[in-house]
Amino acid sequence: MKDLIEGIVAPIDRDNIDTDQIIPTEYLKSIKKFGYEDYLFDGWRYMDQGYLGVKKSDRKANNDFILNKTPYDKSKVLLARDNFGCGSSREHAVWALRDFGIEAVIASSFGDIFFNNCFKNSVLPIKLEKAEIEELFSLSKDHPIIISVNIREKAVVFEDKLSIKFNLDDNLAERIIFGLDEIDITLKDSKLIKEFEEHRKESNPWIFE
Amino acid sequence: MMGYTIYDKLWSEHLIRPYDDGDSLIYIDRHFLHEVTSPQAFEGLKKKSLKPWRINANIATPDHNIPTIRDNEFNIDNIEDDISKLQVVELDKNCDDFGIKLFEINSSNQGIVHVIGPELGLTLPGMSVVCGDSHTSTHGAFGCLAMGIGTSEVEHVLATQSLKVRKLKNMRINFEGKIKDGVSSKDIVLYLIRKIGTAGGTGYAVEFAGSYIRDISMEARMTICNMSIEAGAKVGLVSVDATTIDYVKKHSSLPKNLLDRAIEKWMTLQTDKDAKFDKEINIDVSEINPQVTWGTSPEMVIDFNEKVPSSSFFDDEKRKSLDLAKSYMGLSDNQELSDLDFDRVFIGSCTNSRIEDLREAAEVLKGKKVSKSIQEAIVVPGSGMVKEQAEKEGIHKIFIEAGFEWRAPGCSMCLGMNPDQLSPYERCASTSNRNFEGRQGNLGRTHLMSPKMAALTAINGRIVKEI
Repeated sequence: MKDLIEGIVAPIDRDNIDTDQIIPTEYLKSIKKFGYEDYLFDGWRYMDQGYLGVKKSDRKANNDFILNKTPYDKSKVLLARDNFGCGSSREHAVWALRDFGIEAVIASSFGDIFFNNCFKNSVLPIKLEKAEIEELFSLSKDHPIIISVNIREKAVVFEDKLSIKFNLDDNLAERIIFGLDEIDITLKDSKLIKEFEEHRKESNPWIFE
Repeated sequence: MMGYTIYDKLWSEHLIRPYDDGDSLIYIDRHFLHEVTSPQAFEGLKKKSLKPWRINANIATPDHNIPTIRDNEFNIDNIEDDISKLQVVELDKNCDDFGIKLFEINSSNQGIVHVIGPELGLTLPGMSVVCGDSHTSTHGAFGCLAMGIGTSEVEHVLATQSLKVRKLKNMRINFEGKIKDGVSSKDIVLYLIRKIGTAGGTGYAVEFAGSYIRDISMEARMTICNMSIEAGAKVGLVSVDATTIDYVKKHSSLPKNLLDRAIEKWMTLQTDKDAKFDKEINIDVSEINPQVTWGTSPEMVIDFNEKVPSSSFFDDEKRKSLDLAKSYMGLSDNQELSDLDFDRVFIGSCTNSRIEDLREAAEVLKGKKVSKSIQEAIVVPGSGMVKEQAEKEGIHKIFIEAGFEWRAPGCSMCLGMNPDQLSPYERCASTSNRNFEGRQGNLGRTHLMSPKMAALTAINGRIVKEI
């Protein structure tokens, strides 16, 4: 059970961060669901071109990139601007964030498919108003800050300086808190699905040809 | 009583049950699979000892990861990159294990999933269509409820034949008027993204309508629906009309009595006259010129003969992203696109690899030669069927004589995954859909455009100043 995320915020001051940036296509050759941490933001994080299986220690790190700096290399929260996770549907983008240790992403908006994928992997996307995002950027730009995200209270809190409420559906909050398996839940409705399917076979038989 | 949009109709047609929390369970008619986003889903299925709910709903083909230099005798063992090979082998194996229909690498029907679905009659109007690929919106051209999903959802669909989703809002884009000569559907959709931005359609199912949409072919409609995700909309669709039905009749193998019954049903998949949209946008297409992207987001679009925008007119946040894009693309303020030297040309991808796209490019290339300054120009048909048709029409010869390489079907240079990739700093005229940093290869520079503009760029070595 996880209802609190507490950690360092890594601000990346960009909008439209697409899933190709979060993890380049090269690493989608993997057939595994884990092990993507070293390839997160690969194009920005390294000066050389990587390939699947390459060791981090053999890469030339871009020391200016925030996630390569101490203590941001231990960040749990990512802060960005508009339309985070737009583009490709690759769930690998969420897997890379999760494997790196990112538990929440704060942005002013998200790509639809990325947003959905997050909840399957216990990564919390938090949508805040632009002014609130701006405030977080100004608080975190000069030195690292630790914030806490209370998932039940739906609040982002920084010491006594800031407390921002965010919107999150209860069912989505529960998915993060309990890490529920959706297939098990849906299969409880097997009978309903079967009945629907039988009806559809009668009304739209061409689909089942 | 208020009328319904086509999206509303498709939604209620597929609704199994709503949940208290606002989500709903919808039934999935068709599921396309490819090698990249499926292995983890199959693994999950195996771990839970589950079988696909309805095996026949699933159709698979390798497309993302495979080399495009190959003949009909190509053996998977000849894929040079062992990791890529494993992924293709894994798809074969998973389909074999579960009895899923697969068009394997040497099948005459192999191709990009979004190209083969419609042309093999596997995408039919009114279907709900999903695939672990964001460009699944393409199938919306047929009046389908089609959307891209993640790998966890691929597993969910395999196991339950259903998907848990929230209903989207309705948006309609009315494209009215006649386009200018030299303008194609690619220009229209690039222009739309330029106007509404890459998040303009987020949260919406976007219907494309208006006299322009009614006038164009299914291929052109597919190009537009394909890129609705680049405007943020995971669902983009068109109401069914005679054009839809004509295409399906040609491509479907349904027995006549069933087809007739289906057509009657499909013709109801139109937005009612009195339907209400949450948002509506009108665009006059008669003023649109050929469009080219200059930056690293599909909204960074200008007319082919315009200058790269100066950052100084924008606020801080916007200026920053424009400056980053210019720096990545090796551009300066107010630079003319026609000043840029191109290294490569790519005609292909699920956006622009259909027969009409190839005809459009070939018409320009007839009797012409690719400029000496272009290192490589490739044309990659979207499917075995497109390739065969083009060869029947002699189009392949026009490409080859002009200096293009005539390749085998696949996603190719749309994404830097298979051997077709840009080298750092190479500039490419591409008919694909994404100009993101590194999309076509590490540090590669992508300019998105129509097949016609790509062909002109191939001949000229630069973007033309006049058409």
